[in-house]
Amino acid sequence: MIARQEATVSDSGRLREALTALAFIAPSLVVFWAFSFYPFQQLILRGLYRNNASGTNLRWVGWEQYGDVLAGNEFRDGLWHSMQFVLFTVPAGLVLGTVLAVAANRRLRGIKVFQTIFSSTIATSTAVASVVFLVLINQQIGVYQGGVPGFGSQAILENPSTAMFGVSLSAIWQNLGLSFVIVLAGLQAIPQEVEEAATLDGYGPVRRFFRITLPMISPVLLFLVVVLVIFALQAFAPIELLTSGGPARSTETLVYKIFERQTPDLLGEGAVLSVGLFGVTFLVTLGQFLLLERRVHYGS
Amino acid sequence: MSRGRALAWYLLLTTLSVLVLAPIYFLLVRAISDPTKAFTSSVLTPQGVRFDGFSQAWERGNLGGALVRSLVVTVGITTLQVTTSVLAAYAFAFLRFPFKRVLFAVFMATLLLPLEVTLLPNLHTMRDLGWFDSYQGLIMPFAAAAFGTFLIRQGFLGIPSEIRDAARLEGWSHLQFLVRFAVPLTRPVIASFSVISFMGAFNQYLWPRAIITDAESWATVQIALRGLTSRIEQSNVPVAGAVIAAVPIVIVLILFQRQIVRGLTAGAVKG
Repeated sequence: MIARQEATVSDSGRLREALTALAFIAPSLVVFWAFSFYPFQQLILRGLYRNNASGTNLRWVGWEQYGDVLAGNEFRDGLWHSMQFVLFTVPAGLVLGTVLAVAANRRLRGIKVFQTIFSSTIATSTAVASVVFLVLINQQIGVYQGGVPGFGSQAILENPSTAMFGVSLSAIWQNLGLSFVIVLAGLQAIPQEVEEAATLDGYGPVRRFFRITLPMISPVLLFLVVVLVIFALQAFAPIELLTSGGPARSTETLVYKIFERQTPDLLGEGAVLSVGLFGVTFLVTLGQFLLLERRVHYGS
Repeated sequence: MSRGRALAWYLLLTTLSVLVLAPIYFLLVRAISDPTKAFTSSVLTPQGVRFDGFSQAWERGNLGGALVRSLVVTVGITTLQVTTSVLAAYAFAFLRFPFKRVLFAVFMATLLLPLEVTLLPNLHTMRDLGWFDSYQGLIMPFAAAAFGTFLIRQGFLGIPSEIRDAARLEGWSHLQFLVRFAVPLTRPVIASFSVISFMGAFNQYLWPRAIITDAESWATVQIALRGLTSRIEQSNVPVAGAVIAAVPIVIVLILFQRQIVRGLTAGAVKG
């Protein structure tokens, strides 16, 4: 009798708890449904329909449009430009972030000042960082108006072969603060004894760095790679503000191409490009974890 | 460290500082340089010093109005994100309910669906709702945050179970426990997320750029800055505009450096 009563109480308690939980997650769920999942579903469906030149008369064509767009020039060029952005910004972010963090991870008087300076670019928005690089390398007002040595005398942003590199520079600089802060946190999490033991074992600073420090911070570096790759794939402001996709469309990344396809006549193609961007982001993120997870060292 | 090595290390640190700060130095020099004289002799020092770039940027870019709008949008997004994240994080940390793991995965899946991917259909939604050039349009798509839910949940999980048991024995409701204990006990985590959320919202570019059609009366600071760059030959004006646009976040960075660093590194280092 008593046992049964208890069970009833706890059953209604369970229900109340579940209802409370539902009330607590409902606000987020509504937002996620309205602005993430529903639009994603719309995106996939829209790609199944072709439109005529004026953007009307939607016709169901199955996966045909996906095949055409994903195998076509626009997607390939956009993907290549996005990948260039990744290749310029991610390794640079890793190396520079590590250099700054190793330099600032010392017990020296006034080290806090240097740490603040190294993290200072966190305060810049992508738009502000873009204006900074207009001042540095724009052909009209830049401090430096020349080209990249070996690529002719055209200004960096005016030369189709170097414009993507120029745009990447602003992202590299803007990411310095974030990269530094993340790697420094990794270095500071290394137990003092580990470094001391390595020194006692007769490891020099260089060997200690490559044999001890680098493996110990590899999870942090992996995290940084993921963050930087996602930033790079999503970059938009520096491209619009520094080159507007030019010259000769050489800096039109996937996001830039998607942004340009807001008119009804281009929506079908834009939807497929968006699904393509999702696929690339998904694969890159997944691939990084699968490939690198095994090779990085996770401390216990 | 020996004196000599310490000195060498300071030299290295100073060199790196100069490299990191050089772009900002050139920005400031250009903001106060006469655009017609900027290149005549040296780019290292201001030429024909004038400060009217700031007032011109302020007026031409309508930066006063843009700052107010940016602050409304930013405070709106931050408040909503923190509220929805705290509530959801509480459910995921403390409550038992069906499909909990699946729902948590659903939350995290939104990280793979940023606005860059869902831009076009979201613009369609905005058109249907009539939310172009509106605060709701600028704010509502960012009213929830998977990252915030994750971060705050981690914080909640760190609360000792004795405290929860005690509260349960006292007959506290979940809302009471949330407000009187859970939130105060995880204040550092919530503060970190709030500051990160604030900075992200203030610095947004793509979404405001897409849904503001009437820049004259709706531009946020970042979008107003874009407007200023259209007359780049008067370089001191857009450049001074960039300096003004950076000021609010520089202030936030100075005030909340610790919280920002903790928030940015939360995913990177365990514990």
